[in-house]
Parts: sequence; structure tokens; C-alpha cells
Amino acid sequence: MSKNENTLKRHMGLKAANRISNFFVYLLLIIISVVWLIPFIFIVLQSFRVESTYQVGYVIPQQWGFDNYLKLWNSDFKVWYLNTFIIALASAVLITVIQLCMSYTLSRFRFKMRGPLMRFMLILGMFPGMLTMIILYRVLSDLGLTQANAVPGLILVGVASSGMGYYVSKGFFDTIPKSLDEAARVDGATRFQVLYKIILPLAKPIVIYTILTAFMGPWGDYVFARYVAFGTSSGYNVAVGMYSWLTNDQIARMYTTFCAGGVIVAIPVTILFLCLQKYYVEGVTGGAVKG
Amino acid sequence: MKQYSDLEFLRLSKWQRFTYKIAAFFCGIPKAIASLFWTVVNLIKTGCKKVADEFMDIVTTFTKGDWKTKVSFVVMGFGNIARGQILRGLLFLAFEAVFIVYMFAGGGYWLSMLGTLGVQGPTQDYDPLLDAYTTHYHDNSFKILLYGVLTIFFIIAFIYTWRTNVKQNKLSEQILRSGKKLKSGKDDLRSLVDDQFHKTLLALPLTGILIFTVMPIVFMILVAFTNYDGAHNGYSNNLFTWVGLDNFNTLLSWQGGNGGGQSYSATFGEILTWTLIWAFLATFTNYFLGMFVAMMINKKGIKLKKLWRTILVLTVAIPQFISLLYVSKMFARNGLINLALMDLGWISQPLPFWEDATWARVSVIAINIWIGIPYLMLITTGILMNIPADLYESARIDGANGWQQYTKITLPYMLFITGPYLLTSFTGNMNNFNVIYLLTGGAPTNPAASGAAGSVGYTDLLITWLFKITTGAESQYYLASVVGIMVFVVVAVISLVVYNVLPSIKNEEDYQ
Repeated sequence: MSKNENTLKRHMGLKAANRISNFFVYLLLIIISVVWLIPFIFIVLQSFRVESTYQVGYVIPQQWGFDNYLKLWNSDFKVWYLNTFIIALASAVLITVIQLCMSYTLSRFRFKMRGPLMRFMLILGMFPGMLTMIILYRVLSDLGLTQANAVPGLILVGVASSGMGYYVSKGFFDTIPKSLDEAARVDGATRFQVLYKIILPLAKPIVIYTILTAFMGPWGDYVFARYVAFGTSSGYNVAVGMYSWLTNDQIARMYTTFCAGGVIVAIPVTILFLCLQKYYVEGVTGGAVKG
Repeated sequence: MKQYSDLEFLRLSKWQRFTYKIAAFFCGIPKAIASLFWTVVNLIKTGCKKVADEFMDIVTTFTKGDWKTKVSFVVMGFGNIARGQILRGLLFLAFEAVFIVYMFAGGGYWLSMLGTLGVQGPTQDYDPLLDAYTTHYHDNSFKILLYGVLTIFFIIAFIYTWRTNVKQNKLSEQILRSGKKLKSGKDDLRSLVDDQFHKTLLALPLTGILIFTVMPIVFMILVAFTNYDGAHNGYSNNLFTWVGLDNFNTLLSWQGGNGGGQSYSATFGEILTWTLIWAFLATFTNYFLGMFVAMMINKKGIKLKKLWRTILVLTVAIPQFISLLYVSKMFARNGLINLALMDLGWISQPLPFWEDATWARVSVIAINIWIGIPYLMLITTGILMNIPADLYESARIDGANGWQQYTKITLPYMLFITGPYLLTSFTGNMNNFNVIYLLTGGAPTNPAASGAAGSVGYTDLLITWLFKITTGAESQYYLASVVGIMVFVVVAVISLVVYNVLPSIKNEEDYQ
């Protein structure tokens, strides 16, 4: 490769070689874009297909129409959608508050139990979350928060254990210079005032990142949601409900409806995500660097 | 093993250094175990000394204290109230009251049953009024275990609070003797948003973690030592009880499983192997391909950078269950790809994407690349742009070609920065439930393994196996929790090894 490049350079000069390599890069990027977008284009196309509700060997519908969306409207999908939306909204608010409390404290305060606490949570995080599903279900069912009442139950469990995911925002707080805090403290601000008046305005990107991820999480939450709401359609979220459409006995009737549902679910989340993309990238990058 | 001095070590090539470190780690294991032993001995020693000190302190506080302090030993918070710290005193008192009421109302019962997890199962009793047999439920093993654990937590909290109460009395006496004033309730409240602000901030998150993470994990670890399953649900059919290490023996023994299939240990070994292979491939294919895509987009002279990125990021935005389920059906036996290829006449039989073990494994990894590259592209883009440009400049002047620049500058830099991320990503992939479950559900089924704990497939990870055991017909909760503990052990060992080999920054304070 490099030898070829060198000979090319000698023959055609730097610019031409660059142009050729750029051509290949463009070609690859176009191929990648197509591969990445194709499933989504297919979903959208199939959601408008009228003539068959099952998988077929072509992509562009022979007969276009909104039948699948009407079917969606007449099914329990509305309930699932509302459930998921409520969970997402509540999680976005509560998880953000909890994670910010946690990460700010661990980043800024030096107290006796800090080190042991962080090590303890690191170890806790090594247990698979799936393990605790059984008991959490039993506890929720004792509280009456399963099946039809699954929504508050899911919010409770999701929010309560969210403190463990403090790493990304702690990494961000670590980058805000401590001298700011100290200056404010010297001027007589309490710790609370430091947080409220100085840190929070600076932490806007990470706040938005946390809200965004907390809001997006519940849309894909499947395992625990299914376990908690098992068998009661009014307690399903979109993932659990739509998964049931693709089981062997339903798929022939509901496959295109699933596509339509997918489009309806994906549109708001995707728009929100693309608008706030900048903050997401910042958070993800920061999180990876800080580990 | 040959020991190198620092200077000799620096003279080794990169690869030799790496192998040396790994070898040193494993050779260091006996030493580490020995030192661990001595640490434990020392810990016990200092622990004993500390406990003794605490007792001495409690005794001297009692003997030297005034009557207010002495009453506080029984009535918590009395000293605080008598000395004017009403708020603190009332809180102590309230806690004691709650504790005593709880212990008499049920805590004592749960605690006393913890040793047996219940003695009396459900009985069929003759009811003369109805002239029929009715079922009477007695002990409930599940609740005994759950509330027993809770009670122990509560007792520990009580002892800690009682000790704090004693300490406070001693402190108050000292402060009053030196002629200073005690903090008022108002001061206490004020300090909660100031000096003690961290306590306010952590109260809610830590309570949540304690109740919904720590307590369940302790419970599930204990379940591994019982025979809790569908047939022993501890309430309506049979009670469950302690069985010691039997479940670990079952999982690790070489005898055949029930139903005449392969032994549990063989199944476990197979799944563990695939889990590790999967985690390794999933992590590194994504890592290198993601970096490659990021470098292409970053390349000088490439236009529309934002567009390329947005297209890839789209897959991050769309909920995984939609994209994964859709793609899974697309590759199914009667899915779009197979139907289209057959219509075109390229194949006569559907390709066995999910029916053949090797096909399924390769497909899962390939689709995971599709899912994972956008994240990696985002992560690596930022880091790549941070590499100082003059490094490449001087490399080019020295005549390094693209590949050399990559291996000598880009890759070491990336590996150094993203080392910890790779580790979390590896362990995350080991527990990547969504991709496997939504794509294949563990299929194709492994007939040899099906005798042991539910139907096991060739693409099952430990985590999906755990899920199948839990939700399977026999609901072998005890086995699920043994598998869960095994996952923990594997993750912990890998993290430990990698952290010892990684050159990355371990000192948090250096970083800030």
C-alpha cells in the first residue's frame, strides 16, 4: 500500500495521490453510510406497505397506504407509548438530580468514607444487574407496583439504583477548576451556594447529557420491564409490547405494524437526540477519557 | 523468572515489556496471596485492637460521665436534650423508638427464623364450618430471608447510631467543660447546606442504592446457598432452606445434569468460553473499526464531515430494540435478505443466519459492529483531534509513512488514553444482554447442553443463560444466583489483571 503510494507520488505528485486516496475514502464513506442507513429506510418503507403484513422479498411497497398506522392507533400501542413517555420523563428529571448529587459530591468533597464508598460501588457494579431481577420483582409485587401498575415500579427501580452511574458526570466536574469553589468560599458562600450559583451554570453540558441519556434509556428498556409487567398489556412499555408482535404466532399479522410503531417511537427520540447531539458527544468523549 | 532492574526493563522492546509485566503478574500471585494473608492477619489484629479501644472508650465514658450521659446509654438522645440540643436528641430518641417497636413487632421473629428459613410449610386443614379442607399458609421462606437480612442491616445501623450517641455525650461534656457553647439545632441545619453538605447530597442516592442494589445483591448471594426454585418457592408449595455449597458443587461438578444431558460444568465452560471470545471480538472489532472510520472522517480534505457523522450517529439515537429486532428479522430464515436473494436466484436455500452455530456467531459479531461503530467513532474523534499535530509533522519529516505514523503515534496514544474505557467496554460486552437476546435469543439451541438448566444456545452469554434459568420452566433461582456470582468473579479477576498491566493513570488526584 505505502510502496504503491510512494511510486504514485513520484509519478503524479502529491496532489494527485491525495486526490486518489480521498476518492477511496469518499467511496468507503458512502458505502458505510448506505449500510448504516439501509435498515432505517427499509423500516420506513415497509411501514407504508399495504398488500402484505409479513416479510416479503422486496422493499418498495406495491401499494402505499397508512393502514399500518391506523392499526397502530386501534391497538394498545397508545397505552404503551404513554407509559414509556411517562417513565422517560420522570426518569429524566429524577435520575438527573440523583446522578448530579452523587457525582458532584464525589468530585468536590473529601470526606472520610469517600474512597471506601467509591471502591464499594465499583465492586457492586461488577455484579450483573440481571441477578437482582427476581427479588426486585417480588418486592415491587409486595408494594403493588407490578403488572398494571408497572409504570411507577419501573420508575422507582430505575431511579433508585441510578446513583451508581455517576462516572461520566464526575469526570466532567473534575475538569471544573477547584479554585473557583475556593474563591467563592473565601467570599463567604456556603457549599450550597457554590453548587447553585457557580457550578451548575458551568455544568450545563453535562446536565443536558444526563437528561438526554436518562430520557432515552426507558425507550429501549426491555428485560426488567417485561418481567415486571408480564402478561398485562396496560403495564407494557413500547419495547415489551412491540416485542410481542414479533413472536412466532403474531409476526405474520403484525410485522409491518411493528415497522410503523418503530417509526413512531424513533421520530421524537431521534429529533431530540440530533438537536442535542453536541452535548451527547461531549459527554461520551469525556466519559471514555476519564474511564 | 528473571527479575529485571529498572534500567534493564527500559531497554526491552514494547512487546517484551508487555509479556514481562504479564509474567510478573502471574509469578507474583503466590507472593500476593501470602501478602494478602498477612494483610488479613494484620487487619484482624488492628480490628481487634480497635474494638477493644471502642469498648474501653464506652466504659470510660460511662464511668466518668455525669448522670445525663449515663441515662443516655439507655435512653438515646437524653443527654442531647438535657443539654439543650433538642433536635439531635429527638432524632436519636425517635430512632431508638422505631427500632424497639420494629424488633418487637416482627424483627425478632424474622431474625429467629433466619437459621432455618421457616419450619412449617403450608398445610391442608379440615375446616368444620365449611366442611372442607382449606390450605393454611405458615412460614414464608422468601420473606424470612428478605426481612432477616433487613433486620440485620437495621441492627448494624442501630449499633452504629448508639455508638454515635455515646460519642456525642462525651464530646458535649468536653465542650461544656472547656466553657464553650454547644451547637444549636439551627446550627445543625445550617451545616447541612455547608460543612456537612455532602451528607445532604448523598442521603437520597445512597438510600436508593442501599435498598435497591445492595440489599438485593446480598439477598441473591445468600440465595446461592439455598435451594430456592420454582418447586421450593418458600410459600405456597415447599419452603426452601440452606444447602451450603451444594449449588456450587452442582455447577462445577463433572457429573451429568438432569435429563441425561451434559454436565453443568461442561455447559458452563462452553458458555464462559464463548462469552470471553464474544467480549474480546466485540470490543476490539468495534474499537479498531470505529477508530478507522473516525480517522477517515477526520482526514484532511474530506468534506461534509458533519454529514457523515450525523448519519452514523442516527443509529445511536434510534432505540436499540427497534434496530436490533428489525435487523434480526431481516436476516431470519424467511426474512427480507433470504427472500430477496432467492427471488434474485442467487441462492436456492435460505442462508442459515440464525440456525447454524458458526453463522449465528459471526452474524452476531457483524451486527454488533454495525451497532457499535458509531459510539466508537464519536469517542475516538475527540481524542484523535487532541493528538498534537506537530508529532505527525516531525514524523513526516523523518520519512515515516502512514502506517508507521499510525502504529507509532496514533495507536499508542489512543490505547493509553482509552485503556480504562476498553476494560469497561470488555466487561460491558460480557454482560451485553440486549444484543444477544434481541438478535438471537441465544439460538441456535445446543442439543448437548439442553439437559442442564433450560435450553442453552450457541450464542448464549452467561448473562442470557442466567436470564433463561430465572425465567425457565423450573425457575432455578439458586442456580441463577450461582451463575451471577461466577460472572462477578470473572469480571473481578479480569479487571484486577488488566488494572495491574495497564499503564494508565491510576491516581485520581493527579488527573484533576
